[in-house]
Amino acid sequence: MMQMHPSSMNMSATDWMDAAHSTGTSIMAAEFDGGVVIGADSRTTTGAYIANRVTDKLTKVTDNIYCCRSGSAADTQAIADIVSYHLNFHSMELGTQPLVETGAAVFREMCYNYRDSLMAGILVAGWDSRKGGQVYSIPIGGMCVRQAVSIGGSGSSYVYGYVDANFKEGMKKEECVDFVTNTLSLAMARDGSSGGVVRLGIITKDGVERRVKLGTELPKFYEG
Amino acid sequence: MSSALCPEIPTPGFSFENCKRNATLAAKGFPTPKATKTGTTIVGIIYKDGVILGADTRATEDTTVSDKNCQKIHYLAPNMYCCGAGTAADTEMTTQMISSQLELHRLYTGRVVPVCTANQMLKQYLFRYQGHIGAALVLGGVDSSGPHLFSIYPHGSTDKLPYTTMGSGSLAAMAVFESRWVPNMDEEAGKKLVRDAIAAGIFNDLGSGSNVDLCVIRKDKVDYLRTYDEANKKGIRQASYKYPKGTTAIFPNKTQEYKIEVTEETVTPYTMDTSS
Repeated sequence: MMQMHPSSMNMSATDWMDAAHSTGTSIMAAEFDGGVVIGADSRTTTGAYIANRVTDKLTKVTDNIYCCRSGSAADTQAIADIVSYHLNFHSMELGTQPLVETGAAVFREMCYNYRDSLMAGILVAGWDSRKGGQVYSIPIGGMCVRQAVSIGGSGSSYVYGYVDANFKEGMKKEECVDFVTNTLSLAMARDGSSGGVVRLGIITKDGVERRVKLGTELPKFYEG
Repeated sequence: MSSALCPEIPTPGFSFENCKRNATLAAKGFPTPKATKTGTTIVGIIYKDGVILGADTRATEDTTVSDKNCQKIHYLAPNMYCCGAGTAADTEMTTQMISSQLELHRLYTGRVVPVCTANQMLKQYLFRYQGHIGAALVLGGVDSSGPHLFSIYPHGSTDKLPYTTMGSGSLAAMAVFESRWVPNMDEEAGKKLVRDAIAAGIFNDLGSGSNVDLCVIRKDKVDYLRTYDEANKKGIRQASYKYPKGTTAIFPNKTQEYKIEVTEETVTPYTMDTSS
């Protein structure tokens, strides 16, 4: 994910302001029997420099809704802050927790209306009593679609095949956690702009459980 | 339309005409003017009792050192300070503006302002200007919930970290932190580490130089250590290099007095006759 400003020495005046904010991230979210598992790597880059190696890209929106951020760090943080404000206001008026669908709709509204000036690929995940664990994908143009499993960021292109081959609907919690950890480890190993630790979040009716898999604890695959 | 009675009011805020000019220049195939960016090393760490901020004191304009001993650690609130890198004018004005808002907020709430509030105000302000305000900041402070350290980038993204570096010397400084920072350091070890990180920037980065400034923020006391260390001490001259009197041959001087005759004359104004 996440890019600050590219601050290379030999850039012209306009370059440092308009330089492409390329994305470097691996994020994912998957529904299981009773909730959702969300996961992300922890790398934030400024050009070729790692500005933060322990970033938390899983951002809390409300008690029952989280988002996985990819794209420009500034843009996605600003969006998450604004959506969080709207949903908290909404839940005060409503007197109950907002639906995940509603949360995704507010994200989509921002991402679509400001699609020309934003660089944000967001996965919205959460749990509500109406539809249980849900995952909504909001890619760059501001579309919103519900998916049982969704991956995002530059690292995702390396693992589409793995996800299609290994995802099953209605998995048990720990089975799903292992699936997400494996997928992210594979993505981080192949994508240069993803790396660090794997951050996980498990959202169920009982709330959110956060976990961290250190770089040394990640599952190993073929490295030859 | 402007007139003498109704003068035209200049548009408030930033002028972006140079952006248009640069784009036009680029479109016509001319090299666009380089933006002046200052080289800097600024750092911050969390230690046992609070936060330590550090900065070098060199200000540059292109390759020229324009100030050899400038202040880069800015005051934000009694419990918060902020190091600035990037465009000097932007870091100065941004911190002053937020400092003023924080004081009003403190007066309104009657409480010590939390550090996360300053972080949120700074990021929202910088995000609004989409990176045109070239301020890269390291924000540190202590509030009711303990010590906090944030790095804030010109586009408005922020990170909350236990140790951080910014500016052109950030790589050199981060190398020092990555090898030596540990949780719960004591104050002396913390100050030494921050000094060494800034010194790494001063010696290994061309954009950074001169002295080390420190700022130690604790729960109830702040030490602003201006010129904590002079990294580049000026040597003492070993001998006198003055020329002895008479080294340069000169023509002999001669003073000639002249007698001048002065004639004094008083001129009285003539009154014009306007009776007819």
